[in-house]
Formats: sequence, structure tokens, C-alpha cells
Amino acid sequence: MPYLTPPDLSAALPEILLAGAAMALLIFGALRGERATRSVSWLAVLSLIIVLAVVLLRGGERRLGFYGMIVSDAFAVFVDTLVLVGSGVTILMAMSYNEEQRIARFEFPVLLLLATTGMMVMISANDLIALYVGLELQNLALYVVASFDRDSARSSEAGLKYFVLGGLSSGMLLYGLSLIYGFAGTTAFADLARLLAANGAAISPGLIIGLVFVVAGLAFKISAVPFHMWTPDVYEGAPTPVSMFFAIAPKMAALALFIRVMIAPFGPLVGDWRQVVVFLSIASMILGSVAAIAQPNIKRLMAYSSIGHVGYLLIGVAAGTAEGIRGTLVYLAIYLFMNVGAWGVILCMRREGRMLEQIADLAGLSRTRPALALALGIFLFALAGIPPTAGFFAKLYIFFAAIDANLTGLAVIGVVTSVVGAFYYLRVVKVMYFDEPAGALDVPIAAELKGILFVTAVVTLFFFLLPGPVIGGAAAAASSLFAR
Amino acid sequence: MSHWPILSLVTFLPLVGAAFILMVRGEPEAVARNARWIALWTSLVVFALSVVLWIEFDPGSAQFQFVERANWVTLGGFTISYHMGIDGVSLFFILLSTLLTLISIVSAWRIIQFQVKEFMIAFLVLETFMVGIFCALDFILFYVFFEGVLVPMFLIIGIWGGENRIYSAFKFFLYTLLGSVLMLLAILAIYFKTGTTDIEYALNHASLFSFGLQKWLWLAFFASFAIKVPMWPVHTWLPDAHVEAPTAGSVILAGILLKLGGYGFVRFSLPMFPLATHYFTPLIFTLSAIAVIYTSLVALAQTDMKKLVAYSSIAHMGFVTMGIFALTSEAVQGAVIQMLSHGLVSAALFLCVGVLYDRLHTHEIARFGGLVHRMPVYAFVMMAFTLAAVGLPGTSGFVGEFLILLGTFRVSTTECTLAATALFLSVSYMLYLYRRVIFSTLTRADLRGILDLSPREVAIFVPLLLLVLWMGIYPNSFLRPIRASVDHIIAQANAATDAAGLRRASLP
Repeated sequence: MPYLTPPDLSAALPEILLAGAAMALLIFGALRGERATRSVSWLAVLSLIIVLAVVLLRGGERRLGFYGMIVSDAFAVFVDTLVLVGSGVTILMAMSYNEEQRIARFEFPVLLLLATTGMMVMISANDLIALYVGLELQNLALYVVASFDRDSARSSEAGLKYFVLGGLSSGMLLYGLSLIYGFAGTTAFADLARLLAANGAAISPGLIIGLVFVVAGLAFKISAVPFHMWTPDVYEGAPTPVSMFFAIAPKMAALALFIRVMIAPFGPLVGDWRQVVVFLSIASMILGSVAAIAQPNIKRLMAYSSIGHVGYLLIGVAAGTAEGIRGTLVYLAIYLFMNVGAWGVILCMRREGRMLEQIADLAGLSRTRPALALALGIFLFALAGIPPTAGFFAKLYIFFAAIDANLTGLAVIGVVTSVVGAFYYLRVVKVMYFDEPAGALDVPIAAELKGILFVTAVVTLFFFLLPGPVIGGAAAAASSLFAR
Repeated sequence: MSHWPILSLVTFLPLVGAAFILMVRGEPEAVARNARWIALWTSLVVFALSVVLWIEFDPGSAQFQFVERANWVTLGGFTISYHMGIDGVSLFFILLSTLLTLISIVSAWRIIQFQVKEFMIAFLVLETFMVGIFCALDFILFYVFFEGVLVPMFLIIGIWGGENRIYSAFKFFLYTLLGSVLMLLAILAIYFKTGTTDIEYALNHASLFSFGLQKWLWLAFFASFAIKVPMWPVHTWLPDAHVEAPTAGSVILAGILLKLGGYGFVRFSLPMFPLATHYFTPLIFTLSAIAVIYTSLVALAQTDMKKLVAYSSIAHMGFVTMGIFALTSEAVQGAVIQMLSHGLVSAALFLCVGVLYDRLHTHEIARFGGLVHRMPVYAFVMMAFTLAAVGLPGTSGFVGEFLILLGTFRVSTTECTLAATALFLSVSYMLYLYRRVIFSTLTRADLRGILDLSPREVAIFVPLLLLVLWMGIYPNSFLRPIRASVDHIIAQANAATDAAGLRRASLP
């Protein structure tokens, strides 16, 4: 009986550490009050760095924990790294923003730590129950963060919208999970995989319906079309650092979860779910490229852009091969840098203390603030996938996988929508470089934001010099999923 | 042969110059002055290096020379290598790129008055990408350069362009991007067939591609190159881009960017997809004939000088595509020479238009007339390049056109006849333009005070004129290196069509 031995905690060590840090910081903050906000933020970043170090030092060797509920492997290491970096960067960037907007509270970094813990559980989930627990831990923290600017009607609205639609999707997901459990009789990924591989064609339709519900629920979380409606509204309403956080970390975690569920237990059903993923992918790419064409608000533009990028990320999943997953993971890593950078510039859009959100406010930025314009230009060309920026290599690996898996049609749609999408990224470049200056932005940019912008711009532009580590890590991560 | 990485030097030295310019700080006046001088010296050194390339080049060999190879990204069999090398076809395009960049920078010396620093950086970055395209021997590397060109050109048209610059910049960017992304997919498909992204390997193993696959790949490459050339009916971005671009931008557009399509056909389509090339030749011939005649007629009706020169470019490039797909050694050599010649002549014509624009700020033909009375030197220069454009014997234009017609005649008399009609049309619109601008009486008051060419402007035109004459009087200096490589490519293509039992298109 395995239940007599104490659970093996080592597989979940980073998650446990992070949860412990969140609790400790919560108590620390509660005792010290609002004065402690900055120190709590720095301590939160420090704990993220420590956890990151633990994750990286532990390496990608496969470990099972909690009787197989949690798995730690190279895949988890890769996505954990991205999520931890994303969270740390968000806390750093939110510090001065929150102070300027007078919403600085010590709960903010604590909530982000909790959300990150949830994401790490999602990424390592090896059981339907663990999957759901991780997802809800993340969601509950995020609902609060979305409405963190509680005196602003827009922020509250964003939080409420996110809560209602998130609750709906969680319900669908849960319904799907229970169907799967009902028809398969197990919640463990390993048992599910064995069952599906053994039964071959004789899979009960109930299981398929359950799978479709799970896909729909997860599509909500990664904001794939047609489950994307909440995205532009929430991104627009939430405080900017939170919007950025939504665009990166939760999306990465949910996508990692999506990949793990599809490949590990449901890998044998690839023929059944591929068509669903292909549809999601095509719909997201088309909507993501077309809907933003006339968008005047840059936060909404970034929301549509993220929807489009989900479409490209799903191409790799639809391929269902190690190459496909590798492509998706490379894309995720590059996506992190491009997005943090672009959102970082949006955070700098401030005039006389007021935040600006209109693209027109960037007019003539190349003359008033050449460095900032250059940085945003690099990020936009990267998002559009123009070489030699990193964004091109992201798309290259994705299309590579698509052609490898004989999804040529999908690849053609992908490249055509990327041309359409290039239009609206170029539109922002046009406003910055071709239009007459409309007024200067506030000059002082917080030192941490400056540093982040510099690093992300350099990485995005010069990725081609040293792509090895990212691609190597992604390849190891992808093959760990397929190793049996 | 030298063992130092001369190709990498020529390619990436401009970036070093751009980095220097980026670091220039101080008063706006001083910054502009320093930026100009750094750009000038950088492009001078790069040009000198590319001349060294020509001197060291072994004209008898069809092999790639000055080869550099290093692994760039290796993963699970997907290796992208940093593989550079040139043959006789690419050699002169590199020289043309470095020369025209130098000339553009000099020509923009006084004209560009705001954001000088950014302008010079954009040109140097552009130079890196252009030279890189002609050196790259790895598909991914090639593609990175090929598409990278769009970014600086987009900014050059959009920032320093004319009235309607934004529309033109977008049209240019999106049009060409659409073509090149399809090529990217074809490149990936080639990788799955050959197991490498190495161009040299794919060139030597063209038999790996079945006829059915070749057709698709050929079409994907065609989408990209036809837009670049540009061939009728996907040419409409060109007149817009030219009219709005600043003079220096037009020079690079007409001189180099249009050649990327032709270069791509010669480098990839002919040797790699010979069966598809054979299959699609009638299509190319039809499109080329339409392009040559239709755009010549359109050029005849233009009232804007820049548009007229732009349409004449399309017509000349129609000649080039015809020559390339005639698939005879003479015609392909002629096409390469015609591209080089057109690179010099159209660049010079755009500079001529720029000289007038600089003085009167208009391209409208009707605003001029009788310039010969006030600007004799200018009238002479423009006469020389006009005659070169119509292919007067003794100029470079003649050599190219003659070889193309000679080579095409053996394949298709009809095509040759149609193209020859266009020669007549080209003489009409060029001389008609010349008469309206230079001759007739000087009536307008503001033309009375117009100044003739300054020494700086003369210095721009002299090297171009000398090259046009050299190429026209003693073309062998250029033809010798080209011939070996072209013969090799034609032999490869013919071997494949013979092996497939296809009848080679030629007169009985």
C-alpha cells in the first residue's frame, strides 16, 4: 500500500517553498502595514529568484510526488522558469506604477506569489484533481488582482467580468473532468493514458465529450477564439501591470497544462482532438489579426495581439509531435520577452502623471524619446515576426513543426494572417515614426523598468546570436513529455 | 585566395558604422555632420573591400568562393548554418549594392536635413541586409536578410518620403511581406526533402524534388520573386513606392531591391526546380511580354517624372525575366548584365529627377522645359543616361538587351518580336520625356534662376557614367566571371530536363 509511506515532497519542493514564502510575506505585511509594501515586493522577487534557482538546480529529471499527483520533469522546469520570470518582472514593474496610481498595497505581490504557486501546480499536474486545484488557486488570486484598483469602476468591472467568465469556464472544465472520471474511472494521467492506449478505437463517446469540455474550459484560460470575449475588456480595465501579467504568466501556465493534458493522457486520441485545436488555432489567428486593425486603444490592441499569438502557439500543439511542442515552447519563451517589453513601454506612457492608452498618444515618439521608440519598434517588429528579431524565429519553429506534421494548410493560413497582423503593428510604428509629435511623455522612468526594457529589447533583437539555450531547453522539455 | 572572412566583413562592417553613429551625441548640427561623415567613410571602406573581392575573385570557376561556414543553431537534425559564399552571379550585385549605398549617402548629403542620424543608420543597416542576401548560402540566413530589408526601407519611405508616403510605405511592406512568407514555407518544405537548409546542398541535389513538389515550390518562390521584380500584375506597389520615396531611397529600390527577384530566379528557380521552370516558362513569357508592352505604354502617358522612370523599370525588368527563363546561356548572361546595367542607369535617372526635385520640389514634367539653356551639364548627363536606358550601342543597356534578344530568339521568335516592339516604345517614352524637360523654350520664371550641377552632384554622376560606358564598350570584364556560373546553372537545368525526357524549347 503506497498510502502508508509518507508522501514524497521533493517533487513539489519549489511549489511548497513558494507557498511558504507567500504565507510568510502575508504575515510580515500584515504586521508592518502599508509601509512595508516596497520591502514585501522586493522580498517577493527574492523568493521568486530563490525558487527559480531551486527549479533550475534540481534539473529536469523526472520525479513523481504525492502518489503521482505531481510530476516534475524537463517540461515543468522550462515553463516554470518562464512563469517565475514573468511574475518577478511583473512585481518589479508594478512597484512604481502602483505607487503613482496610489494603489500600492502589500497584498499585491503576495497575491501574485499565490497565483504563481497555482500556476506551478498546473504545470506539474499529473492528475485531474491536481490540475483543478492548481487552476483554481491561480484563478482566485487573479480575480482579486484584476480589480486591484478598487476605486476605479473600470478595474472593478474588469475583475467582475473576469470572475464571472472565469467561473463559467471553470465550471465547464470541471464538468468535463467529471465526465472523464465517470467514463474512465480514474483521475490519474498515467492510468488514463494506459487505458486509452489499450482501448484503441473503442473509446466511449462520453470520454470524448468530456475531453471537448476540458478543451473548451482551457481555451477560455488561454483566450483562444471563440472563448476570447473577456480578453480585450479585462486587459483594458485592469491596471496595466496586471494586464501584462495576464498576457504572459497565466497564459503560459494554462497552455502548458493544455499541452500536458493533450499529450500525456490523451496523446492516443490525437486524431480526435487535433481538429478541435486546428479550429481554435485558425479562428484565433484570423480574429487576432483582423480585429485589431482599427483599434485605437493600445491595451486592447495588445489583447487582440495576444489572441493572435495563441493561434500560432496552438499550431505547435495541433501538430502533436515533439517538434510541435518544441516550437510552441520556443514561441512561449520569445513571447515572454516581446510582451514584457511592449507592455513595459505602455507603462511608460504617462503625461503629467496620467496614464495614456491611445495609440495616437505615441505620435512622434521617435523624435521626443528616440530610445523608447526604438525599443517599442523592436518589440512590434518582433511581434509581427519580422527577421532578424526573435519573433521571426518563434514563427519559424512553429511553421517548421506544422509542415513536419503535414499541416501545410494551417501553415499557409498562419503566414497569411501574420501578414495581415503585421499591418496593425506597423500602424503603431507609423504613429511613432511618421507622425508629428503630439506632446512629450513624462521623463523619469523607474530604474527597474528601464533595466527591464533594456534587457528585453536586447534579447529580442539579438536572439539570433545565441538561440541555443532556449531552443535546447525547449527540445529537452518537449521530449520529456513524449518519453515513456 | 585570402583566408580572412572578407564576406562577413563586407556584410557586417556597415553595422559597425551604424553603431558608431548611434553613439554620436551633442548639438544637433554636430550630430548631423558627424553622422554624415561616419556613414560616408564606412560605405567607402565597404566599397573598397568589395572591390578587393572582385580582384581576388577567380573568374574561371563556377564554384562558390570565399566560403565561410559555421554552425549557427543545431537541434535534433535541424541545423541552420552560417554559410556564406559568392559566385559570378552574386559578385557584381554585391559591388552594385556597396556602390549605390555610397552614392545614396553622398546624394543625401544636403537634401536630408532632419533626423540625419536615423537616416544614415537606416542606410547602413540596409546595406548589411542587401549584401547579406547575395552572400548567404543558407536558406534561413538568406531569408533573414531578404525580409530584413523591408524594415529600413519601410522607415526610409515613411519618414523621409513625400506627401502620400504612409500609404506607399504600407503598400510596399505588406505586398512584399506576403510574397516572402510563402517562400518561407517553401524553404521549410525543402528542408524536409533534403534534410538541410544549405543552399549549396539543395542546388546539387535538385533531383530530390519530384515534379509535383517542384511545381508547388516554384510557385511559392515565384510569389516572392515576382513581387520583388516586380512582374505584371503584381507591380502596383512600385510606382507608389518610387514616387513617395526620397531620392536616395528610390536609388536603392530601383538599383538593388528590384534585382532581388531576378537574382532569386537565377539562384534558386532555375537550378533547383528545372522541371517546374520548364513547365512554367510559357507563363513567364506571357507575363513578361505583357509587362514590357503594357508598362511601356503606361510610361508614355505619365505626367510625373518619377512615375515614368518607375514604369520604365518594370518594362526593363520584364526583359530580364524573359531572358532568365529563355534558359540559354546568352540570355541568362544578358539578363544578369541587364540587371546590373539597369541598376546603374535607373539609379542615375532617379538621381537626375532628384536634382530637379531638390531645386523645385516637384516631379511634374509640365513644370519644366528648356532646361538646356540654364543647365548644360545637367542636360548632358541626363542625355547620356537616357540613351543608356534605351540601349544605345556603346552603353551597358545595349549589351544586356542584345544578349537577351539573341538568346530568346533561339527559343521563341514570337516572344522576341514582342519584346523588340517594346524597345521602340522605350525609345519613344524616354526621348519624349527628355524633350519635354530639357528642350523646348524656357518659359517659366522660376526656371530662369535654376542652378546647374554642383561639384558634389557631378561627383555622383561621373562614376556611374564611367561604369555604364565601361560595361557597354568592354563588357568582357563583367561577362567573364558571370559566364562560368551561368553556364554551370544552365547545364544543371538542362541535364534535369533531358533526364526527364522533356523537349528543350528551341527552334528546329
